[in-house]
Amino acid sequence: MTAIVETKNVSKRFGDFRALDDVSVAVREGEFVSIVGPNGAGKTTLVNLLTGLLIPSNGQVFFKGTDIAGIGAVALAKRGMARTFQLVQIFPQLTVAETIAAAVVSQQDKAWRLFSKLASDGAVRARVREIAGIFGLDGRLKSESRLLSQGEKKLLDVASAFALNPEVILLDEPTSGVSTAEKHGLVQILIDAAKKAGVKAIILIEHDMDLVAAYSHRIIALSEGKVLADLPPKPFFADPVIIETVIGRRRST
Amino acid sequence: MRGATAMIVAAGVVALGLVPVLAPPFYANLLIPFFGYAIALLGFNLLFGYTGLLSFGHAMFLGLGAYGAAVMAGENGIKSFEVVLLGVALAGALVALPIGLLCVRFIGIFFGMLTLAFGMLTHAILFKFYHLTGGDSGMRVPRMNILGLEFQAYNKIELLAGPFYYYCLGLLVLCGLVMWRIVHSPFGLHLRALSNNAQKAEYLGVRVYQFRLAAFVISAIYGAIGGAILGFRIGLADPEIVHWTHSGHLVFMTVLGGFSSFLGPIAGALALTLLQDQLQSITPYWRFILGAVLAAVVIFLPRGLAGIAGTGAALAKRRAAA
Repeated sequence: MTAIVETKNVSKRFGDFRALDDVSVAVREGEFVSIVGPNGAGKTTLVNLLTGLLIPSNGQVFFKGTDIAGIGAVALAKRGMARTFQLVQIFPQLTVAETIAAAVVSQQDKAWRLFSKLASDGAVRARVREIAGIFGLDGRLKSESRLLSQGEKKLLDVASAFALNPEVILLDEPTSGVSTAEKHGLVQILIDAAKKAGVKAIILIEHDMDLVAAYSHRIIALSEGKVLADLPPKPFFADPVIIETVIGRRRST
Repeated sequence: MRGATAMIVAAGVVALGLVPVLAPPFYANLLIPFFGYAIALLGFNLLFGYTGLLSFGHAMFLGLGAYGAAVMAGENGIKSFEVVLLGVALAGALVALPIGLLCVRFIGIFFGMLTLAFGMLTHAILFKFYHLTGGDSGMRVPRMNILGLEFQAYNKIELLAGPFYYYCLGLLVLCGLVMWRIVHSPFGLHLRALSNNAQKAEYLGVRVYQFRLAAFVISAIYGAIGGAILGFRIGLADPEIVHWTHSGHLVFMTVLGGFSSFLGPIAGALALTLLQDQLQSITPYWRFILGAVLAAVVIFLPRGLAGIAGTGAALAKRRAAA
């Protein structure tokens, strides 16, 4: 199957420090791929390259066959890639409906309509309700985002990214700050939402190996800026060297 | 427009409409600058309250409106105030575009300082280029026709306190309605989003830089229209209109009225116009008292006069519900 997101021999240096070194990875349509690695392995740099925020020192980054090096967040969103952040990112003074609407407006290319009344736009309203419904936020549409619980803020953060109708979604530690009991529920919501929204591929950056093992089709492990492993979960977790490097101990079963 | 806001606006328009009928011409004349400031602040608050960019040089656009009126009407004999308004609005946009291209690359204190620098530069140009601008004497802004009518039977005071007063009131309502549509449009939502969290907004497809620039240009257009009204009233455009303290005056009005509300800056413009007039008639130390008022507002009423109204309305609602 064709790769939808791909890096070819990508390296990234910050001064003398080599954050990524000759990394070639690919994510294909229909895949759920996790990127794991200890702190400092280069995960954030890879995410920033994949989302067009950084320009690689060497190599190329492709999204749907075109080079997206440094194209920036807005262009990337327009081309069909959305991302969420490790730390919850919301618009504190906007309501839930307005937050989702901000993405819907971008997706429906209505942002330059200076004089049209947003509240009367049926297409935007319907899409906002649909997205809110998927994430269980339909009862909170009029609440200001800052007043939501931490879990709801997380859902809203992800919901607004889904509202872009992306083909690929990159989730940067979506369960950080979420209790262990709620983590699986949250990831399940994300996967269901992705299916409903027609998302073609999910890239997950995650520290929680139980989640990674449970949902990934493939796991890419980074270590010291290099690809340590690119394997399906079974062989991945069967390799003691990989486990030792990535999490520093054997994974308990 | 939401019910409560619409009622406040209707009551305000009726009350303002009665001023020339019920009060001596002095008061109607006093309120002309209020209209100029209120229109300018509608734009200023699109930039500050909605987009999160606090300009300390915004008086340059008021100056552009006043000097634009002087050049168009005084130097080139254009008699129609509507043509002058269109001209200064266009000039405001054209001047704001290159300045904004540079300034909106920055946010926070850096944006504030850059706009302050452009404001001071404008002041220096107007002050020093005597042969073009009249230096500290300024340029005369002659009387113009409004809606094609000369009002020859009226002297200047009668014109200002009568037809021109209502003209400005109508213009404020019109500019207010246009701004209301802007802030409640998809564009307005994106401005608020980028003001809340620019990084998140970018990943949701918000064109942060372009939208900041657009808000800057729109605010300049409103500033120029407000400045033309100030120039018409005094009959003069002089460098003091772009002095940095005048930019501070705009910030003062906005903070006093409350920048988190649509009507707040208009309330601030009205309150400061009346307060300044009263204080000037009481004491030569009026600036000292205004400074104390500003300090008190920032400390005790961070949401300004609109905040008091909002709290009052919420209390009344709660009492009615109980």
